[in-house]
This record gives sequence, C-alpha cells and structure tokens, in this order.
Amino acid sequence: MTDRHIVTAFDEELQHVIRAVAECGGLSEELVSKAIIALTRLDIDVAQAVINDDKRVDELQREIEAMAISLIARRQPMAADLREVVAAFRIASDLERVGDLAKNIAKRVIAIQDQFHSQQVVHGVEHIAELALAQLKNVLDAYASRDVRAADEVWSRDEEIDALYTSLFRELLTYMMEDPRNITFCAHLLFCAKNVERIGDHATNIAETVHYLVTGEAMTEERPKQSSVLAFDLPQTDD
Amino acid sequence: MTDVAAPGIFDTSPAAKRRIAKRYRAEVRLRLAGIGAIAFAFCFLVLLITDILTKAWPGFTENELTLEVPVSAETLGLGPNPDQAQIAGADFMAPIRQLLVSYFPGAADDRRSRTRLFQIISRGGADPLRDRIVADPSLIGTTVKVPVYLNDDADYFYKGYVTPIRTTASAGSATPSGTSGTITLTSTAQDFLPVLTGAGALRDATLPLTDKAPSRLVSINGGVLKATEVSADRISGEVLIPLTSTSMAAPGDWKILTLEQPQGDRKMSDREVVWLLALKDKGFVSSGISWRFLSSGDSREAELAGIKGALVGSALTMLITLLLSLPIGVGAAIYLEEFAPKNRFVDVIEVNINNLAAVPSIVFGLLGLAVFLGFFGLPRSAPLVGGLVLALLVLPTIIIASRAALNAVPPSIREAALGVGASHQQAVLHHVLPLAMPGIFTGTIIGMAHALGETAPLLLIGMVAFIVDTPTSATSAATVLPVQVFLWSDLPEIGFRAKTSMAIIVLLVFLFAMNGLAIFLRSRFEKRW
Amino acid sequence: MDMSIAKASVVAAETAPAGPVMKVIAEDVDVFYGDKHALKSVSIGVPERSVTAFIGPSGCGKSTFLRCINRMNDTIAGCRVIGSVTIDGQDIYDPSLDVVELRARVGMVFQKPNPFPKTIFENVAYGPRIHGLARSKVELEEIVMTSLGKAGLLEEVKDRLTEPGTGLSGGQQQRLCIARAIAVSPDVILMDEPCSSLDPIATARIEELIDELRANYTIIIVTHSMQQAARVSQTTAFFHLGILVEQGSTSQIFTNPHDRRTQDYITGRFG
Repeated sequence: MTDRHIVTAFDEELQHVIRAVAECGGLSEELVSKAIIALTRLDIDVAQAVINDDKRVDELQREIEAMAISLIARRQPMAADLREVVAAFRIASDLERVGDLAKNIAKRVIAIQDQFHSQQVVHGVEHIAELALAQLKNVLDAYASRDVRAADEVWSRDEEIDALYTSLFRELLTYMMEDPRNITFCAHLLFCAKNVERIGDHATNIAETVHYLVTGEAMTEERPKQSSVLAFDLPQTDD
Repeated sequence: MTDVAAPGIFDTSPAAKRRIAKRYRAEVRLRLAGIGAIAFAFCFLVLLITDILTKAWPGFTENELTLEVPVSAETLGLGPNPDQAQIAGADFMAPIRQLLVSYFPGAADDRRSRTRLFQIISRGGADPLRDRIVADPSLIGTTVKVPVYLNDDADYFYKGYVTPIRTTASAGSATPSGTSGTITLTSTAQDFLPVLTGAGALRDATLPLTDKAPSRLVSINGGVLKATEVSADRISGEVLIPLTSTSMAAPGDWKILTLEQPQGDRKMSDREVVWLLALKDKGFVSSGISWRFLSSGDSREAELAGIKGALVGSALTMLITLLLSLPIGVGAAIYLEEFAPKNRFVDVIEVNINNLAAVPSIVFGLLGLAVFLGFFGLPRSAPLVGGLVLALLVLPTIIIASRAALNAVPPSIREAALGVGASHQQAVLHHVLPLAMPGIFTGTIIGMAHALGETAPLLLIGMVAFIVDTPTSATSAATVLPVQVFLWSDLPEIGFRAKTSMAIIVLLVFLFAMNGLAIFLRSRFEKRW
Repeated sequence: MDMSIAKASVVAAETAPAGPVMKVIAEDVDVFYGDKHALKSVSIGVPERSVTAFIGPSGCGKSTFLRCINRMNDTIAGCRVIGSVTIDGQDIYDPSLDVVELRARVGMVFQKPNPFPKTIFENVAYGPRIHGLARSKVELEEIVMTSLGKAGLLEEVKDRLTEPGTGLSGGQQQRLCIARAIAVSPDVILMDEPCSSLDPIATARIEELIDELRANYTIIIVTHSMQQAARVSQTTAFFHLGILVEQGSTSQIFTNPHDRRTQDYITGRFG
C-alpha cells in the first residue's frame, strides 16, 4: 500500500502484523536452515537449539492471529487490507507448521546420532532440503515485495521437489534393501525427507496465498503433483 | 499570562479577575437595561389604565328615580278610547311633571323654576313609563310605579360631583319666623358661629353671604331655608322649600347644611340641590350599575347615550374585514410563496405589498371615498364600506405575516409530501398550510387589532354621522367604537366625559375578546413538527 | 484455514441472481445545478427486487442521482437533467408523464425522519387516499395496517394509531416513513441515508426491514457507511466527483474492486 490510511493507527497496526509475519518467516527459515546443518553434520547441539527455538515460532503465530482478529474487529478492513489480514493468518499458520517440521527433523537427528550412517545418503537429503529452503526463502521474499511472478514461480517449482522426493525415496529403499544395518538410519532419513517435502508444500501454500493477496483471485488450478512412488494416486493430503 | 501559579484549573490572576468582573458588570447592565425598559413601559401602561379607569369610574353606576306616577288619560292628552298609535304618541312626561310639581309646589310659581325642576328628569326619562303603558294600556287611570331617568347633572350630583355637602348638627333650638319667602331663624345657641369664624368675621358681626361663599342651608320643620345673612345665633334667608310650621325645633330636629362649592362656581343652583336632596330623603333615588350603557344607542343626552350601536357597528365592520382580508390575504400569500414564477414582475408585486403596509390609513379612506362610494355608489357610513376599506388596510399585514409563516414550515414536510406522490398543490394545502396556521393567525390578530382601532379612514367614508339606531345589516348606517369615542370626547356635558372613557374600556374589552378568540383558535391549530 | 474457506467467503453473501432483470436503467445522465456539472454521463442498471447501494464521498453526486429517479430534482430551481432514465422501459422524463404518478410508483425515505405532524394512521393513510387506492374506509384501514405490518411497526403502535406520528422515537419514525412509502404500493423505494440519524439498534432494525422488503421491492440506498452498504446490499455502485466509477456485486466490490479509486475509498486511503 503506497497511500496512507486516514487513520494512522490503522496503518501502524496493519504494518505491525505484516512485520510480525516477516519476522516469523525469518525465524522459520532459520530453523529449517539449522535443521539441515544439524542433519548434515549430525550436530546435536544445533538440533537441540532448533527444538528450543521452535517455541518462539509458535508464540509468534499465536500473536499474529490475535493481532489479526483484533484488527478485523476494530478496524473492519476492506478489500486489499482484508486480504492482507487473511494472508497474514494463513501464512503464519503455514510458517508455524514449517517450524514444527524443522523441529521434527532435528528430533530425528538426535535419534540417529548413534546410528551407522552413510554420508552419500545424507547428501541426497541435504540436496532436497536445500531446495526446499530455497523455495521458502523465495516465497518469503515474494511476500515481502508482493511479487506475484516470484510467487507463481515458487508455486510451479514444487514439482521439482516432488520429483526429487520420489527419487530419494527409491534410493533410500535401495539402501535399506542392500544392508539391513541401514534400515534404522534410512527409515529416519525417509521421515526427514518427507518432512522436507512438506516444507516445500507449505512454501507452495504461501505462494498461493501471496498470489491471492496481490491479485485478489484464488489460484484454482491443480497443483502440479508428482507422486509416482506409489502404484496408485493417493488423495491429496494437504494440511 | 498567570502571575501566580494557580491551584486547580482556574486562572486566578488579577487580570483574569478583572475580566470576569467586567463581564459580570456588563451582564448586570444589560439586565438592568431590560428591566428598566419594561418598567418604563409598564409605568406608562399603569398610568394609562389608571387614567381611563378613574375617568370612567363615575359612569359605572347611575342613579334613577322610582316614582309612583298616577297616569290618567287626560294627563296624557288622550281621548276616551285611544288606539295604539295614539297611546304611543302621548305625552308621558306630563304625568311625571305633574307628580314633581305636587312634591314641590313652590317650584310651580315661576316658569324659570318650573323649567329647572323639570330639567331634573332626562329628556328620555319617561321612556320606561311609555313602554309600560304601551305594553299594557289598561294601566291608564292607575298609579304606575316606574323608573324615571335622571338628567346627567342630577345623576352627578348624587354621585357627589357637584358639591360636597357637610351636615352640622344643631346645638340649640331654632325658631323660624315664617314658612315661606324671606324669613329669619333664631337659635338658642350660637350654631352659626363657625360660619363667621370660617369667613374671618367678628363674633358679633352679621355676615352677608354671596354666591362666592359656600351656601348655607337649614333644614327645619320639613322645609329648607337658604341663608343670605348670618349672625352667630341667627340667620335670615330665602325659603327654598316651604316649612310646615313655625314651631320651635329642638336640637337634633333641625340641621345646618353647608354646600362647600359656592353657588357661583357651579352650574346647579341651591334650589335644585335642595330638590334633589328632598327626593333622596323621600327614598325615591336608587343607584345601580349602568347596564343601559350597553343596551342603548347613541343619544344627544349624555345620560341616555349608550355604546350598543357602535359596538354592533364595530362587530359588523370587523366581520366584513375578516371575511374579506383573511381568504384574500392567505390566498395571495400562498400563491406568491408557492406558485408564483420567480421573475421581475412578481418581485415588483412583492415590494409593493411591503410598501402598502406602511401607507397612512387615511389614504385608504380616500380610496374608499373615491372608489366605493363614488364609483360603485355603495351606501355611506355602512359597515360594508368600512369593512372593505379596512380589509384593504389590513391585507398587506396579513399577506406578509402569512408568507413568513409559510416560509417557516420546514422543507422536509414538503419533501415528505411530494415523496409520497402528492402534487405541489396538495402538499401546500394539506400539509404546509395547516402548519403555517399559527403564524397566519398571529398576522390576522395583528391586522384585526389594527383595524379595530382605525378612525381616520372611516371618518372619510362617513362613519362619523350621529347614528342612534343599532345597525341591522351591513348596508345600514353605522358607526364604530373608535369613532364614537372621538365624537363623545368633543361634547361638553359632564355625562359624556365618563362615557368616553367607558367606551374606550368597551373598545379594549372587544379587542381582548377578539384576540382571545384568535389565540384560542391558534392554539387549537398548533402542531409541532 | 485454507483455500476453500477463502473461496467460500468470496461467494458467501452473493444472493443476486445471475443475469438479473434491470428495473431502473440510466444512460448518459448529466445533471447541472446552474453552471455546476454535478453528474457526468452516468450509466447504470439497477436490478429488480434487490438492494443496490450508492456509496462515495460527500458531494460525489450519489444523492443527486438518487433524486433523479423520482424526479425530486424538479423541485430545485436551476436543476437540469439530460439523458435517459427508464423504469421498466418507460422514460420517466417524458413530458407527457405525470410526475405525481411517478412519485407514487417510486417512493422515497429521507435522511431525517419526517413524518407528517398528523396521527400515525393519517400519516400512512394520506398517500393511498390522495391516489384513490382505497374504495372504502375499511379498505383504507386495511392498507394502513398492512403497510405498518410490513414495516415492522404494527405491534408497537397498533393501540395508539390516533397519536401524533411525531411522538415516536427516531427509529420508529423512520419505520413509519417507510410504511408511508410502502402504502402507495411503489415498485421502487429510494432511501437517502435512512439510518444516519439513528442509533445502532434502530439502524439494525431498519437494515433487517430492508432485507425483508427486497423480496417485493427494488430498493436503492444511498449511504455514507460502507459497512452498511456491505451488509445490506447485493449490488454496489461507487460514485466520485460526479462520475460512476465502478459498479458490481457487493462482495466483489468490497473484497476485490477493479478500480484503484474504489479501492482507495473503501480502504480509507482517501476521504
């Protein structure tokens, strides 16, 4: 919004919410980044830090919700302002889930630290995780600059992550079949990979929200999905 | 601004205090000015009302005689079987005069005193007798007890306006020397000493009394003596009413009357005073509220003059004024306010209406004279013409007030009416006009009050004539209250002075009644929006 | 929260039928007050049996346009209306049309309640009486009772019909004015800021009444309150500086207006 609201308090409150969402986004990004580091280095301390810091994300999300509701009740925002508030709601929710997913990854890191592990496999997970992190980063940038094109791009690149997940899934299965000692480790890694894939999905959610925020129209097309890991298509299970 | 740190929120610096004091003084001055103005106006009002009431006071009551008059056909000058017309035309004063002469035989001696005696009775004093006999001719030959109207001088004497009368009790016994003519009265005591001392004469002097001194009368033995010469214990003078005897009267059986106003200074002679006193002693005189004032028309005789003619004339004229000016005025106002196109021509009309409100009223009289009497040939002095002239006079006031009232109706009412599908005319007649009614009534009250008191234009159209009969229609000759006041105020008789003020009171009462009615009607119409 | 809820909120309040019949159609309407060009080339269609709201800042011409529809502008000296306004296809500025009859077909409720200073019964009966809608006293009474009932006022006043209309509370007076407008069986009801002088509860009652009335009447409401326009109407038109800027379904206007000026006005970015 380039113009200022006649009532300055309105603008201040709206900006406060938007900044809180940005802060939440930054925190989530950081959590995901740290979770990846913890996973690749198998660093317990970093993992523990992630688990602790997730609380802050949850807190922020609750704060954002409360502020948004208060804004709606007291200021009756219309049109673009209303979309801003709704977007803040939804993005904060997605970010909170992202934080939880990062925390889950960190927990698994702690769980597998004593296990036998293969660096090569971890590498694969690291790759997909980097991608997901990049998606998250880009979409949060798109939100900050209200860039529809960037958001749409993030939205379409979800395909890539899904493809990567599929191949990683096969790879891990192969490892597990090869050497039974790998099973525990790979099983955990599978879950981590799944979490990462879901982080990607949340980034895509945020992209859809940003699209709606800027254009006022919901994205109606089906998300391009690739889940050919299974012989049949499961029904979509978005959070 | 503050010289001292002020506790609380009020500025208590000396400058502030001076400001406040100055403001209070200004307010007090304004209030005093207002009260002063009202008090000033009120003083004049009180003065005016007091003046009117004191002048009218003598007229509120009137004295009349109640006599038992023997009525015979020959006294009336009628034949054996008179018809109605003959009876009505008979001389009814004759029996009354005969009766008076029988009371005061001494008066019949010379023509002058007889005239004086008969003058006590009003010219119309025999009217009640006439009415009675005409209504019941069988009373001829009987004695009829009937009211007889007094002349205004006699009436005023009884009210005490001619001369104050002082009665002195007697100390000694008095003996008259004769019963009529010039006689001497001797008292055993010095009853007449105060007269001498009052006049500054010596105690043993004999004082001649002139017309310039208060008259001294002695009432003794059923007669009255007027003193022309006074000593301490003796008077001599002229007998005004013959005595019955020359026997000595004991103290208390005779009295001395002093007429403080010297005979030379008054219109009524001592003789007449004595006659009137005698009539009163005989018990013939009664006093009552002068209702006749309201039921009689105008007359040359002050005592007979009444306001009825003028009252009816005013009522008729006002009625015609109202019937003409109200519909035309309100109609014009509605048209000008609601329907007239807004152009130069209509502006000119509006300006001229305002000007007409300021035109001197006598101009309307000239207009009436030239147009209504001259061109149309309407009857002079008729309420119809008076009403027409006054309607023209009052019309501008009503139009202006009505327009203001119509203007004051809030446009929201008009809009509401139009919004519901009323035409402009319906909106005005059904909604705006009823709401403007209080204002229209106020304008009408002002106009009609103005018209009621207008004299000048009505004089020009002839309503200044002497009209005796009560007007019966709008085209019969009439006069109106203010003109009547004007006419009476010019006449010399003492009776007319009080009647003028009484007429003013009637005029004011009429005005209040008219206004009261209008205010009542206005409050019935008053609605709040 | 997810997309489906967002989608639902966009379509939730949408009750105007698709492809509605236009009751009032204005084409290229210009209005001049003397030399002042108050309305510029306004073209709009008002769908029947629904509520259309006119919004816009002060002086934008929405009230002026409203008053064109029942030709109340005729009463203002120096006001000229150019262009065509038709109701059910009939040109209302046709010289042969009786304005008074038009105003019986197009009723009006004003900003400040203005009941006649007569009895409550008389207030409602006046219109039917002058238009000859009742053949007998009984019929007239029926019309009055029905109108008061439709306006939601009957219960409150049925035993004081002979009391003056001005003795009612503000909200009741406004409902009385609505009853008065309904009594002449109009097709269209125009409301010029009907709630601006009422308290919130009275306002809510009137809004409820408007919602009930739209089943049978075409209602056009001018309002300063965007929230009221959002609550009450199915179609909204935004006026600014004498121009019709945008018109559309109420939910679309208030969630995603097409024109930047509409957006700025609705979000309070300019007065």
